[in-house]
Amino acid sequence: MPDIELPPHMRPQRSFQGLILALQRYWADYGCVILQPYDMEVGAGTFHPATTLRALGPKPWNAAYVQPSRRPKDGRYGENPNRLQHYYQFQVILKPSPENLQQLYLDSLAAIGIDTRLHDVRFVEDDWESPTLGAWGLGWECWCDGMEVSQFTYFQQVAGFECAPVAGELTYGLERLAMYVQGVENVYDLAFNGRDDDKRVTYGDVFLQAEQEYSRHNFEHADTDMLFEQFRMAEGACRKYLDAGWSGAGKERHLMALPAYDQCIKASHVFNLLDARGVISVTERQSYILRVRELAKACGAAWLATAGGGAG
Amino acid sequence: MPDLLLELFSEEIPARMQARAAEDLKKMVTDRLVDAGLVYEGATALVTPRRLALAVQGIPVRQPDLREEKKGPRVGAPEKAVEGFLKSAGLASLDQATVQKDPKKGDFYVALIEKPGRPAIDVLAEILPLVVRTFPWPKSMRWGSGRLTWVRPLHSIVATFGPETEDPDVVPFTVDHITASDTTRGHRFLAPDVIRVKHFDDYVQKLEAAKVVADPARRRDIVLHEARQLAFAQGFELVEDQGLLDEVAGLVEWPVVLMGSFDPAFLKIPDEVIRATIRANQKCFVVRDPKTGKLAPRFILVSNTEAVDGGAAIVAGNERVIRARLADAKFFYETDLKTRLEDRLPKFSQIVFHEKLGTQGQRIARIGRLAVELAPLVGADVEKVRRAAQLCKADLLTEVVGEFPELQGLMGKYYALAQGEDSSVAAACEEHYKPQGPADRVPTDPVSIAVALADKLDTLVGFWAIDEKPTGSKDPYALRRAALGVIRIVLENGLRLALRTVCGTHLGVMAGPGPAIHALPEGPSKAAVDARDKPAHDDVPGSLLAFFADRLKVQLREQGARHDLVDAVLALDVQDDLLLIVRRVEALAKFLDTEDGKNLLAGVKRATNILRIEEKRDGTRYTGAVDAGLLRDVEEWQLFRAIEAAQAEAEAAVAREDFSAAMRAMATLRPHVDAFFERVTVNADEAPVRANRLRLLDGIRAATFAVADFSRIEG
Repeated sequence: MPDIELPPHMRPQRSFQGLILALQRYWADYGCVILQPYDMEVGAGTFHPATTLRALGPKPWNAAYVQPSRRPKDGRYGENPNRLQHYYQFQVILKPSPENLQQLYLDSLAAIGIDTRLHDVRFVEDDWESPTLGAWGLGWECWCDGMEVSQFTYFQQVAGFECAPVAGELTYGLERLAMYVQGVENVYDLAFNGRDDDKRVTYGDVFLQAEQEYSRHNFEHADTDMLFEQFRMAEGACRKYLDAGWSGAGKERHLMALPAYDQCIKASHVFNLLDARGVISVTERQSYILRVRELAKACGAAWLATAGGGAG
Repeated sequence: MPDLLLELFSEEIPARMQARAAEDLKKMVTDRLVDAGLVYEGATALVTPRRLALAVQGIPVRQPDLREEKKGPRVGAPEKAVEGFLKSAGLASLDQATVQKDPKKGDFYVALIEKPGRPAIDVLAEILPLVVRTFPWPKSMRWGSGRLTWVRPLHSIVATFGPETEDPDVVPFTVDHITASDTTRGHRFLAPDVIRVKHFDDYVQKLEAAKVVADPARRRDIVLHEARQLAFAQGFELVEDQGLLDEVAGLVEWPVVLMGSFDPAFLKIPDEVIRATIRANQKCFVVRDPKTGKLAPRFILVSNTEAVDGGAAIVAGNERVIRARLADAKFFYETDLKTRLEDRLPKFSQIVFHEKLGTQGQRIARIGRLAVELAPLVGADVEKVRRAAQLCKADLLTEVVGEFPELQGLMGKYYALAQGEDSSVAAACEEHYKPQGPADRVPTDPVSIAVALADKLDTLVGFWAIDEKPTGSKDPYALRRAALGVIRIVLENGLRLALRTVCGTHLGVMAGPGPAIHALPEGPSKAAVDARDKPAHDDVPGSLLAFFADRLKVQLREQGARHDLVDAVLALDVQDDLLLIVRRVEALAKFLDTEDGKNLLAGVKRATNILRIEEKRDGTRYTGAVDAGLLRDVEEWQLFRAIEAAQAEAEAAVAREDFSAAMRAMATLRPHVDAFFERVTVNADEAPVRANRLRLLDGIRAATFAVADFSRIEG
């Protein structure tokens, strides 16, 4: 086990950041580009352009990164031991998906101290679909002793386009995984920095106040007039940048897919906030999701006309 | 004769798809073998999460040879025709063809084409890749850079062919980058190395040694047996669950059954909630105390590995997860108990039941109105019915039902009891959904009956009013089940219900501002339904009644009643009381089993036939009163009197719902009908006498209409 060489405060069993570093190191050793989180609010690591857009087109791409993920509706004012409106995902995207992806995943668990001679790791059917991204794939939720610790997906479609080659996506729920590895029942009790006594910092020290404040914001105070306006503006800007970005005689190249996609991400997060505030009715909900999906599809089309998307 | 062994080794196949895939594989391969003239002796398909395998025993080594005669042109035909013939028959020259004599049309050439059978292994090498490429997975995917599709990435293929006593050959084929071989792998963690396999028996044994139980039925047996043993050893009893058993057997290659426990404090949660929590989220079994029948604080999990610590870490991990899940469930349950059911009702006015049928709140109000109307008809206490109808849907807004929709109704009952409702009211919260299917029991408490009928009738009338009737196999709102539920509740409880009236009134309530609504503060349902827009001639209650008649027919037929008797009774078209229809059918069946019944039926049919022929010929209908002055023969007189008497008596009997007496009255007709046909000539020479006799025949037919339309009865 690799952690034997690690100093105690870096071991995943007693350090949240140690867990993240171990995963980063493992996937860096594999050859992934280790990216930093995307600097916008997103609901999941999949929204990072390094996954959504890079999954499209013919070019190989291997990347791993932590992505802070915001689910405004999941806020519990810091009172639920498992639910957070802001949490971390560790995201790995490998295109084309390698033959031994399952084994790579299992080895990554070993790298954070999950020994399959002791634990029961299982791949349980779970098909993934993101209506807002126009994306779907087949795969599993990965169980360790009955607990879901990761999502494992072979992307079939993103932004309405077929993925060829297919990208394999691994998403580790870091808090959950850390709770398991550290043997902790409450997320706020997680050891964050692996130090003891007065140097000890817990997950609660870092995030409890934020969970309380953002829960108030998400459910009670988020300015809905502003948010409705922001949604409209983001949607408009996305369209504007997409229109302006097409170039060449036959409009075969696109020059602004990434900035346009930022606005799509923005619209999606604003929608999630409005949803948490309960100001979107059931029927409207569907139409908002559809509007974001239309943006995502148009951004996907634009991306495929860029160098990164494999055009020319 | 040689056997085939085929294994398709992949990443984890969803449990729910495995059984069907094994069947499909067997059928696809064996069908193609038979099509190729290779008749086999037997086939077995096996499936685990990672492999789909098939053994076909006793395949002939070669296809049978085929001989075919191909007729060619006549002798001396132009060179072009001869050339074409040689080419199509694959001959080098005419020397290889024979000449067939034909004195009439002239001699002609015949080519004898012999198509030698090919070795079976070559045929298999063509069939198997095709099977892989066209396999009917419910959902399949691509992976990597390939174009091949499979349920999850396919890694390797075993395909061996040979007699049992020898080392088999590998069937030579390749699908994309995968080449068939004779090697596979064992259990993912316990025996991951490559193993070489020969025949089926060898395969199963070697897999077993490599910690893989290939046969799903055996995995189920192991799980069931060990789970029972584990429970028994601790003085408990396994709560068996076939669906769960099938699923867990599809999640493991090497089942290792373990027992874990949870804090007994969680047993304050209703058993059903604990079971649903542990089953749905963790795929674990629960156990009960055989003495009390209540759940015990234990669960049984099925792992896929033999852990080096004997499973201690696995049990501890599962216990942690189950503890968190039960803590959630307990929190949901206790949160639910803090709100009284009636306090949840206002929220229903914001929830749309159906775009054209208004909100859930309006629906609850309608159910309440109808249930109260039905209460006296089913002998229920009006106030209890009113209360039950008001509360019966409230649990839909609870946390527990939100999490586990299958517990709707049941949770309503628990919450109703917890807030001190009357036991009938609480029972109705659960039972008004019943019966859910043909095997489900029917409510018998009058309060439950009233609410159950109101719930189902409101659904039926509503969807009929907006013209969303079931068509063919499409019945998205389960309206057939609702109608069948009404039928069973009515019949099994012996209820009298004028369905046409009840439905008609309820339709009126839906369409317009109805009578006072009892349940909700929002007041009368404000014309929520677009039914008023329907054309007036569209007879909704009539059409709904026909639907009930159809369902009743299906139901009675399934119970063994003759469908023609049901038709004969329903044809009277005045029937909207299900119980009376059934009683009448029963009386009719009994009557037709007697000699009198059979003969009378024959007589009525004879009369009807004669009438049909004569009426057609004359282009007129012989109906109306018989003229006594024109009756000549004594048998005519007697029949005339008998009809008058029988009809009067039968109608009176029907009026007092004594169908046996009505049938007995019909029976008195029989000797007179017989005598009439024996002695009297219907087609008399005198036209007025003939017409009178035909009217007399019509009298027979009319009299029998008091009980049924005899013309619909077979035999």
